[in-house]
Amino acid sequence: MKPRQQRMLAIGLAALGIAIAAGLTLRALEDNMMFFVEVSDVVAGNHPSERNFRIGGLVVGGSVQREEGSLDVSFEVTDTACTMPVVYSGVLPDLFREGQGVVAHGRIGDDGVFVADKILAKHDENYMAPEVAESLSKHQKDIQAAVARGTEGCNPNDS
Amino acid sequence: MWTWFHKLASPPHFYRTAALLSPWFAVPGLALIAWGTWQGLFVVPMDYQQGDAFRIIYVHVPSAYLSLMAYMIMATGGAIGLIWRMKLSHAVAAAAAPIGAAFTFLALATGSIWGRPMWGTWWEWGDPRMMSELILLFLYFGYMALRAAIDDTAKADKASAVLAIVGVVNVVIVHFSVEWWSSLHQGQTVFKRGTMDADMKTALLIMILGFTLLFGSMLLRRIRTEVLYRERRTRWVRDMILSPKGGG
Amino acid sequence: MDGLAMGGYGAYVWSCFGLTLLIIVFSEWRARIRHKRVYRDIEVRLKALEERE
Repeated sequence: MKPRQQRMLAIGLAALGIAIAAGLTLRALEDNMMFFVEVSDVVAGNHPSERNFRIGGLVVGGSVQREEGSLDVSFEVTDTACTMPVVYSGVLPDLFREGQGVVAHGRIGDDGVFVADKILAKHDENYMAPEVAESLSKHQKDIQAAVARGTEGCNPNDS
Repeated sequence: MWTWFHKLASPPHFYRTAALLSPWFAVPGLALIAWGTWQGLFVVPMDYQQGDAFRIIYVHVPSAYLSLMAYMIMATGGAIGLIWRMKLSHAVAAAAAPIGAAFTFLALATGSIWGRPMWGTWWEWGDPRMMSELILLFLYFGYMALRAAIDDTAKADKASAVLAIVGVVNVVIVHFSVEWWSSLHQGQTVFKRGTMDADMKTALLIMILGFTLLFGSMLLRRIRTEVLYRERRTRWVRDMILSPKGGG
Repeated sequence: MDGLAMGGYGAYVWSCFGLTLLIIVFSEWRARIRHKRVYRDIEVRLKALEERE
């Protein structure tokens, strides 16, 4: 082998080794790399039990209730399979609205209600003019329908 | 083809050609950026969810894109330099680092400013997209610090090339972070499943192209400096600088 | 003036565009300074060598 080919092989093998090591590390860290947990996983019990964590989902249409004269708000979050009640006291981000993606940081109370100390809004990867937003894809309409009515038969209190 | 390549890779030839070539990237690049900025700020409609805050996309996405592209140029330059012992490609890698760091900083800063009104947070520790982009910035800093710490250029080239190649793992992580893990950051729009109004998208693509051309001209000028420094003891540099015509 | 207010997000939008301009100009300014310094250093060294000869 020429020296150049040896160098190429050495760099190739090193790169491969690093890639494998990185892949294994990421696999091991997978749960910790998740920024939030889906509602269904929380319901199934796949969430950190002691420390605070984040749940992510969509705000169910018509579920937002604000307490008059305070910053207290309660609403339901769904991942279109399961739904979970959330209570929060504080300022909400501009994008927070019904049907919108949210990430809530906090913990689950004994009554199955998620007590949030921080609410972040999440938006999707679609950008369009307000008048065009009416015409959504079938998939998005299905999600919206699920969000609008909430979900049945999957409740954290049952499990 | 190869004679042309070897000619371009010869330092004196490259030094002259880069000076001539640079404006041919900068002028169209700036023109496209000017047009794209005008379109993005005042002409394209506002977003149905984010209103006018969405217009930050026109500097955020091109910066983020260049932060990754500059890194790939840096790592590829290092790898080619290691394998084929091509000095010019090490110069390319060294020149790409500060520009890449600048665009990585811009991607982080504009993302943070965008996140405050939309998501409700300047920064979230633990979000995979934000953390991996921050690590990218530290990789650029580490690369530049490593180069600065080694006086011998040939040794600095080798050590920094290895660091750059190892760091490519992080580029892959930045790119796929929003697909592999849950993130506050939304998925990809431009080349993936997301949808975008035609006018919005055209302006964004124009901005990306404009930024890329501007980056090209910035890179060419920094490579010139690198070449000049590396060739400081050669005959051609001596002739050029001591001749009455000189030239910058 | 409505266009500049950006529907209340003016401060965020304009600071992003302004910062982008600032960082690119700063980077180019630094690059130019470095080029001049490298050139000047070589020139000084070569001139000194020439006088000694």
